[in-house]
Order: sequence, then C-alpha cells, then structure tokens
Amino acid sequence: MDFFGPVLDGFGTVLDPTNLLYCLVGVVIGMLVGVLPGLGPAATIAILLPLTYGIEPVTAIIMLAGIFYGAQYGGTITSVLLRLPGEASSVVTVFDGYVMAKQGRAGTALGIAAIGSFAGATVSIIGLTFLAPLVASFALDFGPPEYAALALLGILLVATISGSSKNKAIIAAAVGLLLATVGRDIFTGAERFTFGNLSLADGIDFAPLAMGLFGIGEILYNLEDRHRAASAPVKVKRVWPSGKDIKQAAPAMGRGSVLGFLLGILPGGGATISSLVSYAVEKKTAKDPSRFGRGAIEGVAGPETANNAAATSSFIPLLTLGIPANGTMAIIFGALLIQGITPGPQLIGEDPELFWGVVNSMYIGNILLLMMSIPLVGVFIRILRIRAAILAPITALITMLGAYTIRNSIFDVLMVVVFGALGYLMKKFGFEPGPLVLAFVLGGLLESNLRRSLLVLEGDLGGFLTRPISATLLVVFVFVALWPIAKGAIDKNKKKPLVAQIATEKEKV
Amino acid sequence: MQKHKEAPEAPEPDADTELDAATPEELAELWEAEAPPKSGPIANAASSLVVLALAVAGVILSIGLDLGTPQTPKAGMWPFIVSIIIGVMALVQLLVGRRGGKDGEKFSSYSWFPLIGFATLILLVILMPVIGFEVPALLLSFVWMRWLGGERWRSATLYSLIVVVIFYLIFIVALGTSIPHLI
Repeated sequence: MDFFGPVLDGFGTVLDPTNLLYCLVGVVIGMLVGVLPGLGPAATIAILLPLTYGIEPVTAIIMLAGIFYGAQYGGTITSVLLRLPGEASSVVTVFDGYVMAKQGRAGTALGIAAIGSFAGATVSIIGLTFLAPLVASFALDFGPPEYAALALLGILLVATISGSSKNKAIIAAAVGLLLATVGRDIFTGAERFTFGNLSLADGIDFAPLAMGLFGIGEILYNLEDRHRAASAPVKVKRVWPSGKDIKQAAPAMGRGSVLGFLLGILPGGGATISSLVSYAVEKKTAKDPSRFGRGAIEGVAGPETANNAAATSSFIPLLTLGIPANGTMAIIFGALLIQGITPGPQLIGEDPELFWGVVNSMYIGNILLLMMSIPLVGVFIRILRIRAAILAPITALITMLGAYTIRNSIFDVLMVVVFGALGYLMKKFGFEPGPLVLAFVLGGLLESNLRRSLLVLEGDLGGFLTRPISATLLVVFVFVALWPIAKGAIDKNKKKPLVAQIATEKEKV
Repeated sequence: MQKHKEAPEAPEPDADTELDAATPEELAELWEAEAPPKSGPIANAASSLVVLALAVAGVILSIGLDLGTPQTPKAGMWPFIVSIIIGVMALVQLLVGRRGGKDGEKFSSYSWFPLIGFATLILLVILMPVIGFEVPALLLSFVWMRWLGGERWRSATLYSLIVVVIFYLIFIVALGTSIPHLI
C-alpha cells in the first residue's frame, strides 16, 4: 500500500483537466513533428521551451514527454508511406514497412507499428514504475564524488555512442562544459568569461542555447537540404491488422519491448539504437531471414516496439539519477531546472506528484496515440501535403518570438540566432550538437560536485577510488574512454581478408 | 476481410522489389549515394584549428582567473582542465581526420540558403526593437517562401501575410505578450 499510494495519486494528477489537455497537446504535436521530416523531437521540444515558463512544472513535463514519445509514433508513417524516415528511430522501419506498403499492406504495417508502439511503451512504463524507485533509493546516499563520477560517465557514454565521430562528439561535450562555466562562479563569486557583459553575468541561459542549437540550427540546415524530390504517399487501406498478423508479430513485439526497455536505460542508448538492434535480432532469430527486406511484418513490429519502449525507459536515469540519457532528455532536464526542480534521487520522495504524474501521463498519452494513429491516420497523412517552404518561416518565427517572451530580452533572441548558426556549422563539420547541450546542462552539477569532492577529500584525487561506487563508475569511465583505442589496435593486428582491404583502400580514394 | 488482405498480396512482389532497390543493403547504398559529399580534410583541419584556438584562449583566460590548488581550487581550475581536454582532443582530431573523415558535409551552392536565412534572422533581431516585429517578420517569411522555398510570387505574398497576421493575433492580441509591435 505504501508503494501504490503515491502511484495512484499520480493518476489523480494526470486526470486533472489541464494536465489531460496538455498531454493531448503534447502527443498531437509529437505526432505531427514525427510525420514531418526535418524537425525532430529534440528541436521541437527546444522550440517550445518558452511555453513551459507560464505553466505548472507537472503540466510542462507531461507535455514535453508527450512530444517525445508521440514523435516515435509519427515517424513511422513517413517511413512506411514515403520511404522517408520521419525520425532517426524509424529508419529501419523503412526496410520492411515500405515494401509492405508497395504490396498493398500499408495499413497493416501502420497498424502493427501502432500496436507495437503501444505494447512497448506500456511494458516500459510498468518497468519504469517498479525500477525507478529502486534506482532512486540506491542513489539516495550518493555524495559529491559519486555524482561527479556519474555525470562524467554519462557525458562520455552519450558522446561515444551518438554520432559518427567519437572524437568530435567529445570535443562538442567539452565545449558544452566550457560554456557552462560562463557567468559568476558559485564558490568564489568571480566572473568568468563574461567580458564585462551584464547579460552574461548570470551565465548563458539554457533555453536560448537549446533553442538555437537544436531549433534554429536544424531549421537552417533544412533550408539547404530541402531540395530533394518527394514522392506521393502510397494509398492506405484498412489500418487494423488481422489476427494472423498480430499473432505473427507478437513475439517480435515481446522481444522489442524488453530490448528497448533495457537499451533505453543506458546513457547514450535510446530509441534509435534499440530499433536498429531489434531489427538485427529479428533477422537473426527468424526461421527464414531472407523474408526481411521483402515485407516481413516482424521487421516493422520489433523496431517500432523497441523504439517506444526505449523512449519511455530513457526517463529512468533522468528522473532517478538526474542524468539525462540523450540529447532530448537533456532538454527535458533543462526544462525541469527552469521550473526550479532538480531531477535526482530525492525527486520521488520530495515531489511524488510530479514524478508519478509524469509517469502515469504516459499511459494516457499512449492510449491517445493509439487512438489517433489507427483511425486518424488519414488526417496525419494529409499533413504531408503542407509544403516545407511554408512551414520553415513559421517555425523560425515561433522560435524567435518565443525566445523574446521568456524575459522580454532581445539579447536572448540574439543568442538563439548565434547558437543557431553554431548548430548549423557544427552539423556541416560533423559535430553533433546533442553532446554539447547535454554537457552544458550537466556542467554546473559536474563542476560543483568535483570541487565539493576535492574539498571533502582535501585535494586527494585518490579519494575517488576509495569509495566503492565512485571507483566503479570511474573504472567504467576509463574502460569506455580507452575501448576504441584498444579495439583499433586489436583490429590492426588481425590480418584483414583481401576483400575488406580492397574496400578500405577504395574508401580512402 | 480475409479476402481483402489476400488480393493485393498476390501480384508481382518480386518484380517490384527488384525495380525499387529495397533490401536494407541496397537502400543504404542508395541513401549513401544521395547524401551530400563528406566535408573532407580541409574542413577537418579548419574546424580542428578553430577548436584549438578556443582551447588556447580558454587556457589563457582560466589562468587569468586564478587556478588555486587542488586542495582549494579557485574559479579558473575547472575551465582550465576543460580547456586542456578540448585542446588535446583538437590535436588528436587534427591528426586522426587528416585524410578527411566519414562525417560532415561539403558546402554546396545550396549553402547560400542558410546564409540568407541567417541574415534575415539577424535583420529581425536588429529591426524588431526599432520598428516592431511585423515588418521584419513579413520580410523574413516572404524571402524564405519566395527565394529559399521556391514558392510563386502570389502564394508567397499571400501566405506570408497570413502568417504575420496569425502571429499578431496569437502573440499580441490573445497572449498579450510585450513583443515590440508596430500597430
């Protein structure tokens, strides 16, 4: 009863009409941005940050979470109908989903994806309900050294797993840490890197940074990328899959749920990776792998289930440890900080209404999404007819005017544009903005805990290794940091087969 | 219902898949071919050097802030450490990516579009406090639709007018925000 009391109270929070409304708004927006290629959930959540200033914290996070998992549903639609993944996490759905659509089974593919998404999310929410309090209670007696080690490991994992170049991702993360130091030093009161600018004295604000890097950066990037021809969507008939389809897809959904849940918890894991892994697993376990790529229903069901399960479970590290597992979670972390709430192990105990309100809103949100994605799929397909040329200035103006409304400051708007240019250039030069934003958000926490630890340990860095948890985390940190180098050396020693050698030579030319 | 499902499944599934590169490998190749060229060695050197310069500036400024000692770190210690990391990683990247990596994108003739977009955004920032948001927003929408988006004159004019009116109604009339406005 002790456990379920607050859980049930959480439902009371969700069923509050305002929260229900914002949950609906969130999932509808999420679904829309999922359908529209170009703007991802991270960009959308960043752009809508100003909206959260005026509303209650629970309501704000319910809406932002809705955008995040709603986008996972929406991304499927363009993958299946246009062979154009709306989101990175729906890329593998293209392989079998589009073929199914060509065979006249588009409705079945969309239906099974929606059911899988719902199943994966539900399994994941239940897992979250039971696992989160456990993780949080374990982390309650973390001291500054443990937090410092955890933040370090979190940043490194996200940097090494995301994107193509690990090196560049680490540079981006370190620049994020440096940007976080701008402003008054909380220990000594000294002004750092403000160059006498009063607007910078309190540091760089999170909202303009995220809105610029993710929002304007992506909008500018799309201006350049848009000239690709789009094909007409395939016609959709009957969306509800038959019993036989569901039976065939059920095992894939089961595996996808578990896989997505586990991968979503890991920092740097998340929806995209779990969909890729799920596809690989389905292909490997299938009796006849050659069916994959030719309209195998498992190839849609598995990844779509996994990406939703992962999207949901990636809330666990954020809400229980205060460590965001990916770029999108970093923005939600920032949104919580804006609201004066520091996510961490004490959150469940101190603010159960927020915690369980957000968790339980996911049940409602997913039911809403299931209802929208099966009967209303036609409405969302129609959205695809809106031309990008008209949408782009609208999103840009929302970002600019929204940034102004935060503090009525034109300086904030300027920051958004400057960070937007930086975000665009980073993309062009192969740097991911995700690790930068994540490190920026954790930068303050990391520095203050490091310095506090140094004070506690009297400047003895070895003290980190005498505490079991921080020692373990640091060992993992070193392992993750050195693994690519070690792996490179091992690979070099192995003699490559001739074919691979030719291939690499070709790449060089 | 069953009949409905069977019917479209029958015709030419094989012919279709062969026509339309559809195995994951073929599709990946197709995407790879469509993707813009990688940014290459010069871009790598340039970006690494910019990062290196940032690191050097960070180190110098941090020392100016007073490092303190490990026992009593002062304001400059942490930025100093971070700047050193950035510098080392920039040097590594300079070396690792000297042949050009698998990331980034070359600038193309389309890269003017973001530059023009950026210019209109800056113009909005400059003009908004002076003459309100309406005129610069109209200008921005029109430029983005007509030249960056390839809309026709008429639709670009019409849609950009509608956009500005709707923004006025939402931000000024309904929400009553203090965004500088002309009317």
